Amino acid sequence: MNVWEVFRFAVRGIGANKLRSGLTMLGILIGVAAVILLVAVGNGSAQQVADRIEALGTNTLTVQSTSRGGSSPLTVQVAQALKDPVLAPDVASVSPVVSTSATLTYQGTDHSVQQFVGSYATYFTASNSPIGRGSGFTTADVEAGRRVVVIGQTVAEELFPGMDPIGQELTVSGALFTIVGVLAEKSSSSGFQDANDVAIAPLTAVQQALTGYGSLTSIVVEASAPERVSDVQAQITTILNQRLKVEATSTSTPYRIQNASQLLETQTETADTFTTLLGAVAGISLLVGGIGITNIMLVTVTERTREIGIRKALGAPRRVILTQFLAEATMLSLIGGGLGVAAALIGSNFTIVGIQPVIVPSSIALALCVSVAIGLFFGSVPANRAAGLRPIDALRYE
Amino acid sequence: MTVLDVRRVAKVYGEGEAAVHALRGVSLSVEQGDYVAIMGSSGSGKSTLMNILGCLDVPSSGQYLLDGVDVSRLNDRQLALVRNRRIGFIFQSFNLIPRTTALANVELPLAYAGVKPALRRRRARVALDMVGLADRADHEPNQLSGGQQQRVAVARALVTEPALLLADEPTGNLDSRSTEDILAIFDQLSAAGRTILIITHEPDVGARATRLVKLFDGQIASDERQMRVAA
Repeated sequence: MNVWEVFRFAVRGIGANKLRSGLTMLGILIGVAAVILLVAVGNGSAQQVADRIEALGTNTLTVQSTSRGGSSPLTVQVAQALKDPVLAPDVASVSPVVSTSATLTYQGTDHSVQQFVGSYATYFTASNSPIGRGSGFTTADVEAGRRVVVIGQTVAEELFPGMDPIGQELTVSGALFTIVGVLAEKSSSSGFQDANDVAIAPLTAVQQALTGYGSLTSIVVEASAPERVSDVQAQITTILNQRLKVEATSTSTPYRIQNASQLLETQTETADTFTTLLGAVAGISLLVGGIGITNIMLVTVTERTREIGIRKALGAPRRVILTQFLAEATMLSLIGGGLGVAAALIGSNFTIVGIQPVIVPSSIALALCVSVAIGLFFGSVPANRAAGLRPIDALRYE
Repeated sequence: MTVLDVRRVAKVYGEGEAAVHALRGVSLSVEQGDYVAIMGSSGSGKSTLMNILGCLDVPSSGQYLLDGVDVSRLNDRQLALVRNRRIGFIFQSFNLIPRTTALANVELPLAYAGVKPALRRRRARVALDMVGLADRADHEPNQLSGGQQQRVAVARALVTEPALLLADEPTGNLDSRSTEDILAIFDQLSAAGRTILIITHEPDVGARATRLVKLFDGQIASDERQMRVAA
């Protein structure tokens, strides 16, 4: 009895009762497809979150004030102190930021933006907001307090439908700003806000026209490289503590440093938990499919007890009977698993609850291995029972 | 040469009060080329004896030597080998594997013996030809008549060229014409020197054998050689 013959026997056994075999395979199919697809959905949502966070810039840190109501301790002087080649060698740039909501008017059309940002020229790279058309403003513009502005895609579409906004002037709370550039479209909106609904102008101009020379909303610090982010965090913490006179023993600080890679880590952890949970639920359905195989193989063994008796009387060794039924069970689960993989691959082309699933290749291998293991494991009970039958009992069975 | 040698074999089913003594010390020796018919009423223990001779069941006590080998000392795997190589079975209810062609049924014992597929097919065809069913090789059991099915079963029993052919009421489910077909094959095989042991309760089937053993209540009542009655 070679492998090929065992295989042929198994195919014949499966083919003998197509509906039953089909339904058993369906159980495994659903289990395997669920595992692969749900893990893919979890993975897809994790990637979506990662993309969003990466859009914020992974090598930047944002210093924000934590004091509520009262004036923020962050000032332009504090921001400039962070740009210190001795105490903070890994800082590439520091951009003090003031941000306010404002209503932009162009020839009688109004559009209110959530974020009218005033900052330095370095803000564009630090916040990962490249210029699409036109140009950004320069350090000279900031020093001179020129009223120029770079607008986001959404603003451009709202106020200047079908025309070139560059060179146009718009009014912001009575002050005229000249548009010098339009930001490139950002891929995904971060959270609830539309990332393209912004306007960025020189810090001095915004302070003069809108916010006044008070405190800053935040300070965006850019590290020289993504892997230096934690060093930069330590360096600017030291400077800020010194500058804002925070006691070394104090547990609370008047500022908070957020860094995108930290955020990314937390989110990834959450997404991983989510994926594991989904995978576990799907795993249960795979287990149920496996029990289905045991059930059907037990029925098959009972039904074919007489045949097993005949085979034994003709001299079939225990091992051959065992392999035959094991092969049958494994084939059921393997075909079911294969079809499940196919179903999952097809299913992953569709968006599921707003998430584009991203197949994890290892989950395919895992699901297939598990389905074979299920065949072997759940098939072994009925196969053992068949192989252990005494020929005389099996022959007498009616 | 002695093919099988049964010494004081007893078989008890159940225990204590409910114990049933199916065989009470049967001793029987069969030489090569013998054509033995075992007769007896139902409950006389002939089927039990048959199962023990076929290594399908083990005796409660006593010794059974097949080709000089004590069968009780063999393990599961060796018993399977003995059933495969030394014994050819023919059952009352044919016991062909369903949904499997006649040829594949005949090939089966050779498959378990590890014979190569091409050689196997050739030997199976020869065996089918011997029972006159060469043209029915590709038919499945449910497409064959009872007599044809039994002839396939005979071919299957013969194909491994076993030392002993065991037939348990081979004609019990057959009409008279098919019975005659099967018995004719047995006559041929016997003439060719095969050792045949046949269990029956039909006197005219028993009359075809060269030796008649009568069982009564688990014991041998008579054992005599006889002249074969020609068909």
